[in-house]
Amino acid sequence: MDTPAIRVEHLSKMYRIGAQEQQSQTRTGAFKRAALSPIAYLRSTLRPPSEEEIFWALQDISFEVRHGEVVGIIGRNGAGKSTLLKILSRITEPTSGRAVIKGRVGSLLEVGTGFHPELTGRENIFLNGTIMGMRGHEIQRKFDEIVDFSGVEKFIDTPVKRYSSGMYVRLAFAVAAHLEPDILIIDEVLAVGDTEFQKKCLGKIENVSKGQGRTVLFVSHNMAAITNLCSRCVVLEHGSVSFLGAAAESVSLYLETMVRTGNNQQNLNAGTQSSVQFLSANVLDGNGEHISSVSIFQDFFIEMTYRVGKDATGSAVPNFHFKTSDGTYAFTVSTPDIQPVSPGIYRTRCKVPGGLLNDGTYSIGIAITECHKCGYDVRFFLPDYLMVAIIDPVHENPLRYKYAGPIPGVVRPTLDWETSCIENETV
Amino acid sequence: MQVAKSEINEIIIERSQGLTSLGLKYIWEYRDLLFFLLWREIKGRYRQMALGPLWMIIAPLGQMIIYSVLLGVMARLPSEGIPYALFIYVGLLPWQFFANSTRQTADSLVNQRAIIAKVYFPRLIIPLVAVLSGLVDFFASLVVLAILMLFFRVAPVWTFVTLPFFLLLATMLGLGIGLWLAGLNVKFRDTAIGLGFALEALRFLTPVVYASSLIPERWQTLYHLNPLTTVIDGFRWALLGVGPGPNWTAAWAVAVALLVLVSGAFYFRHTERTIVDIL
Repeated sequence: MDTPAIRVEHLSKMYRIGAQEQQSQTRTGAFKRAALSPIAYLRSTLRPPSEEEIFWALQDISFEVRHGEVVGIIGRNGAGKSTLLKILSRITEPTSGRAVIKGRVGSLLEVGTGFHPELTGRENIFLNGTIMGMRGHEIQRKFDEIVDFSGVEKFIDTPVKRYSSGMYVRLAFAVAAHLEPDILIIDEVLAVGDTEFQKKCLGKIENVSKGQGRTVLFVSHNMAAITNLCSRCVVLEHGSVSFLGAAAESVSLYLETMVRTGNNQQNLNAGTQSSVQFLSANVLDGNGEHISSVSIFQDFFIEMTYRVGKDATGSAVPNFHFKTSDGTYAFTVSTPDIQPVSPGIYRTRCKVPGGLLNDGTYSIGIAITECHKCGYDVRFFLPDYLMVAIIDPVHENPLRYKYAGPIPGVVRPTLDWETSCIENETV
Repeated sequence: MQVAKSEINEIIIERSQGLTSLGLKYIWEYRDLLFFLLWREIKGRYRQMALGPLWMIIAPLGQMIIYSVLLGVMARLPSEGIPYALFIYVGLLPWQFFANSTRQTADSLVNQRAIIAKVYFPRLIIPLVAVLSGLVDFFASLVVLAILMLFFRVAPVWTFVTLPFFLLLATMLGLGIGLWLAGLNVKFRDTAIGLGFALEALRFLTPVVYASSLIPERWQTLYHLNPLTTVIDGFRWALLGVGPGPNWTAAWAVAVALLVLVSGAFYFRHTERTIVDIL
């Protein structure tokens, strides 16, 4: 079939948001505002929205998805991904533009859609399946498969309000995974559930797309999954398409924008002229080029320049603080061979070897501590000053054995392994 | 001629302008969902209640007892030769069906906002489920009616075959008004409250607890402009054989009901587009 499965043409969506209200300073003012609020609401619904009340969630989005393709939609929170999926799932209407969809659509925008807490798991499977467009006999046919996938067989006849959140999510995904739509639209549902479940989901999605040739539109923050499953990606930023192309490229671009905006340009004059003063710091590759992302196997360097003034008495010891993207301290590192020096501008460089860090975004805090006879003085500390995105090339990484899910860990060092047979067993 | 191997339908998603079609054929496609939601509604309603579905019967019975004592015994209102309690019950039945259906339909969009916001299906199904669940309650109370007629030794009349007509009339009116209000209720949540008051007022303008013959002659025509009067009178005529039979008022009531229903359906389709953004 040469007509695309999904064709999006200049799609835009505007929401009306509440204009920022002036907070009353006096108590009578606040009371008056509260008393008149119903009238205010009525008036606001009757008049067209003012400039500040208009928020464009999507602006002029255009792209195409061919049959059998798996396309990822990535972007920061608030970029418009969920809005786009809602429009394609016909939950809400676009403000302008259009989308043409060829084929039956199954959407999983939130787990447990339509689940009624009072009904049992069994009853909810039928309910959920019907809501998603399956016919009664279809559900009956696949019932056992669904229950098996979800792993809640023992509780299938208990009301779902008694389920743990993990069970809930597994059951809901099990139903959705067994739909047979031509086009499957999934929104970040894989963010919930444990790693075991996520692995299962990804496997199922892969099965649905590669095995059955269905079209999949997939929103996720799991870059490994995106790289492994998607052939192309749409990168959304503030409601517009900032990039549209191959998955690996899209992911790099997305990570770099995350890194770039994370960089804070404050605190440039930390430290005083007379003791130790910060000048600059950068992340460099082996050739001395500024980089923002690097492969998990590649060495990179953190370089800092600083000025030592005449009042510096001890050794100005640089120390770098590495943190993961969720704020966990990975490690702090310093160097042993710092001596007290004469005033001047100095440069220090630290090599971070490949095969040490895990994939993801790391922030690097820069500091210099002066160590002298009377004690230690932190001359300056710039937390999270630098950011670097470590990328794991999923397909070319032999250590992954083709596993596409997230590998947890603050670091992921390459260690020396030795495996050998210690005892032969005769059959 | 090449036959397509699977029926792949093309859907165009764009902002709808003007009057949209009712999409009745889509509702037929989704009929499984309609029945499931109905079943979910009814099953969920009476779970973990001590008396459970018995309330379907207790509610109208309770009202009947109160009114019988108040107006039948104390005020001694005439009831066209039928025991007052029974007379009241036959009036209460359709009224409660109408009032409950209208209320539930008006609330339906707000109540179901969880699934509306997450899945696509023809939204008309939601008010339809509300009305149908009212019908289920109605049929339960019909059973009680049969028992009551036995108790009071009132024989059924041949006219009861016309009952479906009056029931249909009540359904159309309830659904129609509900459809008009469902969308409005999303934007202005006090619509449902206003409806409550309006229904109370309307109840007294309808011969629910008294005979329509009580109204003075000169007001009769005006009185019968209310299509619900025709419904209640019709129920009494069909089940008990008393009161005025259908005349010009029936035609008028049907016309009003059709108008309200069809206009309500189109208005609903119009508001359907934007409710998700407000819910």
